[in-house]
Amino acid sequence: MTERDPAPRRFPLIAACGDSALVIELSDQIDEETNRRVVALADSLAAEAITGIVETVPTYRSLLVVYDPALVRGQQLAPLLLERLADISAESGAQRRIVVPVVYGGPVGMDLDELAELKQMSSDALISLHSAAEYRVYMIGFAPGFAYLGGLPEVLHTPRLAVPRQRIEASAIGIGGKQASINSVPGPSGWRFIGRTPLKLFDPTREDAFLLRAGDRVRFRPVEADEAAALDAAATQGTLAAEWESP
Amino acid sequence: MSSILIRQAGPMLTVQDLGRKGLQHLGVSGSGPMDGPSMRMANRLVGNDDGQAILEFAHVGGHFEVTEPVRFAVTGGDVEITVDGERRHGWESFALLPGQVLKIGALRDAVWGYLALSGGIETQPVLGARSTHLRTGIGGLEGRRLAAGDRLPLGITHPASMLALTQAFRRPLGPVRVVKGPQADHFDASAWQDFLGTGFVVSGQRDRMAQMLEGPLVRAALGHDIVSDGTVSGSIQVPASGRPIVLMAERQTTGGYPKIATVASIDLPRLAQAMTGAPVRFKVISQDEAETLYLAQSQALKAALSGLEEKSEMSNLQREQVDE
Repeated sequence: MTERDPAPRRFPLIAACGDSALVIELSDQIDEETNRRVVALADSLAAEAITGIVETVPTYRSLLVVYDPALVRGQQLAPLLLERLADISAESGAQRRIVVPVVYGGPVGMDLDELAELKQMSSDALISLHSAAEYRVYMIGFAPGFAYLGGLPEVLHTPRLAVPRQRIEASAIGIGGKQASINSVPGPSGWRFIGRTPLKLFDPTREDAFLLRAGDRVRFRPVEADEAAALDAAATQGTLAAEWESP
Repeated sequence: MSSILIRQAGPMLTVQDLGRKGLQHLGVSGSGPMDGPSMRMANRLVGNDDGQAILEFAHVGGHFEVTEPVRFAVTGGDVEITVDGERRHGWESFALLPGQVLKIGALRDAVWGYLALSGGIETQPVLGARSTHLRTGIGGLEGRRLAAGDRLPLGITHPASMLALTQAFRRPLGPVRVVKGPQADHFDASAWQDFLGTGFVVSGQRDRMAQMLEGPLVRAALGHDIVSDGTVSGSIQVPASGRPIVLMAERQTTGGYPKIATVASIDLPRLAQAMTGAPVRFKVISQDEAETLYLAQSQALKAALSGLEEKSEMSNLQREQVDE
């Protein structure tokens, strides 16, 4: 232990991810300002390419940059990325805002009542809190179209389950620690789930298979059973349009 | 339309091409072959482009029939191959005619095998590729493993010679090379010693998504949780159990465990092909060195692919005699 260099990490820092990728880390915390810069850097590299970059992956506080070593070497690329980062002030492009209809509770939102009890509030009060906040898509990751959201009111922060559940539905609205989520494919999860949306975040048969992108703004709108049934029917027919708000 | 019928399927038989590109920011990892060089070789041996869709199998192939004459080639490792009971060889192409049954047995020295057919498998591409992504349930046939009774469409076979490798295809030897990081500094000197010292054994807990390793427990001095960030094929993440996990073709695109190192591209197919129980040692090289090795290997593979030899009847006969 004594040999460990205790020097604090200085950001931004660039680290190797093998021989075809670099990661540029802006911080080791989750905060909106950092994530805005990450998304802005990704947008900048998409708008004005650097030779050899194959793709980029924005996450909470870092950008993974995949490159082709036949076209550019990591040592050449690193300073170019730092240079580009220094030129970026704010998020580029207009932010998209979406309203996501949510049926709170029910079999998919099985944790709603228990979570309300844990927070010593009524289920309705929890729904009001959850749907009053504005969220930001910090990143799409883990699975296709899975949206990690920041902006969850602090009172709703809840630790994950010690033992994950084996199957959570694709449409589930979740809470994990400080984060919120909208699930995109069915699978195991240790998060708590309070509802579901008729929207599909990932649908490979749709022209745009992915509904959300890092940097999007999200609000939840509670819907009752009647409307949910109509939305579900539209979703099944492929005619359910997402509710985008003009900026 | 020409097609292949699966009469019997090994436990993990999927359609794969070179995988999906450019979708990682939307949560989709590439998928594609576990052993890219072997997959490309199989395609070239039957006259296909490198990236046409093939069948990848783990451990055991299966039994196959076709509706039109095709050329086929099996690569990946040493495996018993027969057509109507007559022996065929890996790493070269042969004819398969309607009515004949191609049987591919168990790999003896590798984990992932490849069956390429002339014309390629022409299932519907999903998100720009035919690769099966099992976790997501997309690509290939209904996004799933193949089973007996499945039928897959094949592209058109143009007449061409049967081909063979002029020299045996060799994987690199020695320790598996890794590049430190991206979270190298989460691990102190003693953890690095554990990671690089005595070595690991390839665990049976493995699939297209990840490969676990058994051996010394590796402790992250700065903790086993990080703010989730992006992963690549070959990322070695270390969860709280201390048991390293190497992420593979169908990995999750982001992860919250610190990544001590990344397997160099040149050695990742070899690690994928290492038999369960095989010893693995890691050796650190620089990113620059790993890039140079990768580029050199790409050149060597290109040379091998362009140096395929047309088989003559004579050489076939001679080999049959040698085999006796």
